[in-house]
Amino acid sequence: MGAISRRQFVAVGAGGVIASMLMPGSRVFAAGDTLTIAFNVDLPSWDPTVGASAVNPTIQAIYRTVFDQYIGQKPNLALEQGLLTDWGWNKDRSQVWMDVRKGVVWHDGSPMTPEDVVWSLERAGKPDSGNPIQSLWSTVGKFKIDGNRITGQVLSFDPTYFKWMAFLTGYVLPKTYYEKVGAQGFERKPIGTGPYMVDEYQANSFLRLRANPNYWRGKPPFGTVVFKFVTDATSRVAEVESGSSDVTLDIPYEEYDRLRKHPGFAGEATPISDIGMIFITNVPPFLDKNVRLAACHAVDKDAIIKRLLRGYGTRIDTLEAPQYEAYDPTIKVTHDPKLAAKLLKASGFSRENPVKLKIQTTRGFKPKDYEMIQAIVGMWRNVGIDADIEVYEIAKHFELRMAHKLAPAAFYNWGNAIGDPSTSTGFAMFSKSPHSAWKTADVDKMIGPLWGEPDEKKRIAGYKAVDRYIAEQGYVLPLLQYVQPVIYKKSLRVTPNVSGALQPVLIHKA
Amino acid sequence: MAVITLFGVAVVVFCLLRVVPGDPVAMMVGPAASAADIAALRAHYGLDGPLPLQFLTWLKAALVGDFGTSITRHQSVLSILGAYLPATIELAFSALLVAILLGGATAVVATLLRQHRTSAAIDALNGVFLALPDFIWALILVLAFGVAVPLLPLTGRIDPSIDVPFATNFLLMESIITGRFAVAGNIAAHMAMPTLALALPLAAVIARVLRQALNEAMVQDYVLLARIKGMSELRLILHEALRNAVGPTLALTGVQATFLIGGTVVVERIFAYPGIGNLAIEAVINRDFPLIQGLVLMFGLIFILINIAVDLTVVALNPRLRHV
Repeated sequence: MGAISRRQFVAVGAGGVIASMLMPGSRVFAAGDTLTIAFNVDLPSWDPTVGASAVNPTIQAIYRTVFDQYIGQKPNLALEQGLLTDWGWNKDRSQVWMDVRKGVVWHDGSPMTPEDVVWSLERAGKPDSGNPIQSLWSTVGKFKIDGNRITGQVLSFDPTYFKWMAFLTGYVLPKTYYEKVGAQGFERKPIGTGPYMVDEYQANSFLRLRANPNYWRGKPPFGTVVFKFVTDATSRVAEVESGSSDVTLDIPYEEYDRLRKHPGFAGEATPISDIGMIFITNVPPFLDKNVRLAACHAVDKDAIIKRLLRGYGTRIDTLEAPQYEAYDPTIKVTHDPKLAAKLLKASGFSRENPVKLKIQTTRGFKPKDYEMIQAIVGMWRNVGIDADIEVYEIAKHFELRMAHKLAPAAFYNWGNAIGDPSTSTGFAMFSKSPHSAWKTADVDKMIGPLWGEPDEKKRIAGYKAVDRYIAEQGYVLPLLQYVQPVIYKKSLRVTPNVSGALQPVLIHKA
Repeated sequence: MAVITLFGVAVVVFCLLRVVPGDPVAMMVGPAASAADIAALRAHYGLDGPLPLQFLTWLKAALVGDFGTSITRHQSVLSILGAYLPATIELAFSALLVAILLGGATAVVATLLRQHRTSAAIDALNGVFLALPDFIWALILVLAFGVAVPLLPLTGRIDPSIDVPFATNFLLMESIITGRFAVAGNIAAHMAMPTLALALPLAAVIARVLRQALNEAMVQDYVLLARIKGMSELRLILHEALRNAVGPTLALTGVQATFLIGGTVVVERIFAYPGIGNLAIEAVINRDFPLIQGLVLMFGLIFILINIAVDLTVVALNPRLRHV
């Protein structure tokens, strides 16, 4: 090839730009068969069982598109058949059994077998696996395979074992392929049994997927799916507004309302399994029950949702959202500033002599997080609580929470895509959990027996009782269930997913 | 000297990361994680030993080119940097080129019209460009050319529908060299807005400094002599004044170029451009210690190389400095 002159170089640059703008022919795929999603987070890793991305609820949308879970989950959080067609415990809860779906093939064409399932479960349970919830997977072991049935010995009974098979890190990976290519090889070229196969992946840029022709649930709705990783919300709005992307999510509610009025767009705003809450730590001044309850009764959650979140949110009074199994609508913590002032007065505090405390919050991590805390601090001030706001990064929150060093009050959001009370009230309130802030024996006494409770009805009833007790004691201040805005072209139809995972298989042509 | 600087950077970054709040293990533990899970993860990522031992282990490996494995990406830091750096190099180089051309042209035109009222207008406009930081330009460009008049692609580095294999990560250069001009055009279109966002503030700086230097040069004796000989104003500026005025501008451009690399962090984020700036934000959010250490070391190395290059160029352009 000859040398390029300066003039040619400039001409190529300018001509190329123009050509790319004018030549739709440079597209390889038919636009009608391609779904482009402006996605809100990047995908750091392809291993859905290891590291931070494995426990990121948003990324599950991508993992569920390429891999399959042991057990599937419907958009309303109900469990359904996945790679397991049936499952359960024996009568005395000493064994589990699982039936593996027949006829499923990996993206490389090789058959998915019970050995893959056992290998995935054993790998997840190994202490050196890097699985963030390895201890849960290690509660069952000594697996045996008989045809398509797997049995395993229960080493420590956990009633949520099967529910986790539809949740974080509950994915079946290809044993033979993984052992052949190794961890880094798998990162370069991952394969699963999911509806779409990885065609091209450019980290921090885009992921292009092709429909899996052998998918066991049938042909996926689009031939090609593109996830564009657009972490900036303004850019995501611009992506759909300019027509560069077909769907996007988690945009500011103001933008959602504006775009919904546009004739070319439709939208879904669905309450998802993610709640906003304020952790209360068992340190002064919250060791005083009056102060705790005053802090809870002073907050007007409905006003926060209406004025700050434009009505997009569902008020909650326990850590259970309405779609969760242990949700009890009869548990109410009323907005009652007079009662709050009375409670504070009983402890010697008033507007003139307020109780002082610190509240920590993120700023911009969740919609209007800082603004919500500002509003709450204003509501508290009206009844006699003088709170200083400290803004911190989410990384600091995790570190402080794990070390039990959070401020007396700390804002956080809590996801629970299986809707089980152990994953909300249990882990958020049990003192031995690294995630709890209120650590006292009275709560432990109630939650402790529920971890291994084999009677499901009794277990759920037990958690409802714990939630009522926690509300009465003011051990936590639940605020609201978040609503996820999804905006898309009118030519599409999107099925909302309460788990918050925007899966391409839930998007169809209208 | 460069080695000592890099060593200093490595020590400072290593210590800072362990002092500032944010524990990578705390970031990744799931709701069902137990204390044993947390201990196992610490051991898994080599974060359980004493700090001096952790540093020595890292340093020993880094000396043979092993910067560790990214906690979030599960790949070697070196391979990740190798994948991302070319994108930022192409972007920064384009921005620098555009900034020099725009800034240089503005300075020459303003000098040419220095006794005309238009000169004040150019100065005022330049002031506006100088006052707006790169991320504001980025947002303005998104609204202007991404939404209002959607001429340019908003995000990414290349259209996801283009299925073309690349041998290197220098996508633009490779496309030009291999004659795939439509692909090169697509990449250039994707780079246009981030390039402009980075280039416009730098162009304003270059224009101001170069214009000042040209103004000073234009009253020197050698320019007067050339003018008496009948040389046109444009020729005077380009052939006589510019060569003498370019020295200080180049030195300043070198310094500004390092800021330009820093500016890629925000601009790449807004345009979802897959470079080391975008990568750095992800690494910091996730407290990916090995990746942050690798990134900072590489930023340090880039700054050192830019400064060396500027020093050499200034010396090359100014014969008097060669004998200092």
